[in-house]
Amino acid sequence: MNNSMRSFALHLFVLAILVVLFFTVSEYHSGNLARILVLSVYAMGYNLLFGYTGLLSLGHALFFASGMYGLGLAMQHLGTPAAPAMLVGLISAFVVSAVIGFLALRTSGVAFMIVTLMFAQAGYLTILLAGKYTRGDEGFVIPQADRAIGSIDLSQSDTRYFAALILFAVCFLFIGWLVQTRFGKTLVAIRENPERARMLGYDIQRHKLLAVIISGTLSGAAGAAYALLFGYAGATFSTVQYSIYPLLWVLLGGAGTTIGPLIGAIFMTYLIDISSEYTNAYMLIAGLALIFLTLFAPHGLAGVLRKKWLPWLP
Amino acid sequence: MTDSSNVPPKKSATDKSRRTALKSIAAGAGVVAASGTLPGLLGHAQAQSAEPIRIGFQVHRTGIGAAYGRWYDRTTEAVVKRINEEGGINGRPIEIVAEDDGTDPKRGAEVVEKFANQHKCDLAFGTLFSHVVFGSAPRAGELKIPYFVVSEGHHVASGKLNRYTLQPGITDVKSQVEAMGPFIANNLGKKVTMIFPDFAFGHDHRDYFTAAFENQGGTILEKIAIPPTETSFTKYFPKIPRDTEVIYHVMVGPAVLTFVKELGEFFGPSKPEIFGFIDSLEAVDLASPGLEFLEGTYFWEGMPRYAQADQSEFDKTYRAAVGVDENGASVSDPKDVSTYAHMFGCWETLYVVKAGMEASGYKGPDDRQKLIEAVEAMSDMPHSNEHPQGAKRFNGKTHQTFGHQYISKVDNGKLVLAHTTSIEDTLYEDEVDYTKQAF
Repeated sequence: MNNSMRSFALHLFVLAILVVLFFTVSEYHSGNLARILVLSVYAMGYNLLFGYTGLLSLGHALFFASGMYGLGLAMQHLGTPAAPAMLVGLISAFVVSAVIGFLALRTSGVAFMIVTLMFAQAGYLTILLAGKYTRGDEGFVIPQADRAIGSIDLSQSDTRYFAALILFAVCFLFIGWLVQTRFGKTLVAIRENPERARMLGYDIQRHKLLAVIISGTLSGAAGAAYALLFGYAGATFSTVQYSIYPLLWVLLGGAGTTIGPLIGAIFMTYLIDISSEYTNAYMLIAGLALIFLTLFAPHGLAGVLRKKWLPWLP
Repeated sequence: MTDSSNVPPKKSATDKSRRTALKSIAAGAGVVAASGTLPGLLGHAQAQSAEPIRIGFQVHRTGIGAAYGRWYDRTTEAVVKRINEEGGINGRPIEIVAEDDGTDPKRGAEVVEKFANQHKCDLAFGTLFSHVVFGSAPRAGELKIPYFVVSEGHHVASGKLNRYTLQPGITDVKSQVEAMGPFIANNLGKKVTMIFPDFAFGHDHRDYFTAAFENQGGTILEKIAIPPTETSFTKYFPKIPRDTEVIYHVMVGPAVLTFVKELGEFFGPSKPEIFGFIDSLEAVDLASPGLEFLEGTYFWEGMPRYAQADQSEFDKTYRAAVGVDENGASVSDPKDVSTYAHMFGCWETLYVVKAGMEASGYKGPDDRQKLIEAVEAMSDMPHSNEHPQGAKRFNGKTHQTFGHQYISKVDNGKLVLAHTTSIEDTLYEDEVDYTKQAF
């Protein structure tokens, strides 16, 4: 079995486990997992840019919110049904990421971080200032009756879970395929040594822009799915905190691995969920976990797997 | 797919008679519970089991709402202790299962799920910030767990939420703001300049107050929206028209001290009348440096922070139970100022839950719908130990309570009650009828 087939088998195995989990864990945990799957898509989008391309963005919440508000506003104000509204969310995230990518990629390194952060902050303020339509910081509820595709009611626990799983599976397999393509390997080459990649004749600016667009659109898909499946769109999701979360999930799970975002999102969600039962300082525990992982497993949990047992891990 | 949220339920004779019966029981239970003369009697008489009633308490322990959360926590602890000493609910003690929502809508929704599916709570309760309520309420509706919020947002009565979400223990911002119009127009001046934060909370004030004030023959001269990230305000003050008679301000957050200080420096001794919402200064000591400028100005208060000369017995009882001194601070730390204008909502909400459970003969989660119907059937609640803030009038259709509002004047660094509105001043037309939504 070659590495490509091993990788494909691993991805299918992960998806099979996620199917089995729905039927074996309690409703509380399957509900948590549905949310984690959506947020993992967000983290996968982030990982493509950070883990594979080496671009550290502090403004991904803007892309997440673009999808969320693209869908939410279309449903709220135009009465768009859920499926086309999802498409509006994707297009919205695509356009925003293309524009931000075009502008922000004129910078690099720390400047790229600052510029993406500033764009995200501008997006957050825009949502607040457009309060007439967005209800600003308060946000708005997407009525349960509207959250359906055809006859499938996405507000039910089983349909919500499998809708989240389908979105996750599509993105997971897509990323798994993408990073093994010539394009994906070029992104890694850019991450490792951009000058060398340029000397070899690659148009690194075009590759980076495409990476931002794909990353932003995946993040937007997660934002739109969150609003659709959990019934709420709000400005909180465009704050800097929500730009930091995918960075943490990816760092914990393993940057530059396809499975890392899922592991990181599960780890972080349950770390907070369990530790908050014992102390109000649960974010301190999350912070300590991050420090220890950075010190002792700098490539994240999946990075450890890749280093010790699965060198072919994509 | 079926639209389960907007379809009116079919009414059968049984439904009708059950509803009528519930109304009678609720009225009776309300009087008994409110009188405080027979503590626990009803509860013991209906005792079914000694198993505690588990109430999930969604609380802001971290994040921007932490100061409110701290006092919501203390108030809840006090009222639960009192209810349990009185015999609990239907003879069963209350057990609070508290979870921090981080003042975050995503975490808020997770917490509601945890209450329903993991902790197996009978209902969820608590939380103040509107965005957390908005983020959580859809999940409460889907999980069919009653969600009693203490948020003062107009979200419940606006019809944007669902039948499982109720706000019976605290009035909403629309009724609060609209009730201020007559007092300001008749006592402070007819020409107002509004200064408000440029996000939803500020916009609510802008819209509701403008309508109410213009109905009183007043004029809004200028509406000055302050960006939420602003830290210095002096540059906005030249926009205040010179013929302004009253400044209406609702700035919130850590910058409020700077706002007041800079406003004082701008006007000096010749200031117009100034009216604000105490939300700006909840958990803030009025003796803080820089707040001297507020002397002689007016504030809306949900409940008077300082014990007044004519303090009711109910306020005395409530204040002592929660551990608040006559200045509105913790009895154990005079610097730890309470969120007195809001936290009574936790106390009153849990007494409404108690009355609702007793009226409906609540035994367990299967009776959640009966509990909601029993609360929907409630109306007038007298000023009492159970409702120490004042009498209430609950509107079962909109799931929102209405009550008296208080206007206080800063006098020698303390808030002295200047006016109490009637409940009628706070009423507005129904925007929704949740009772027509199926469960």
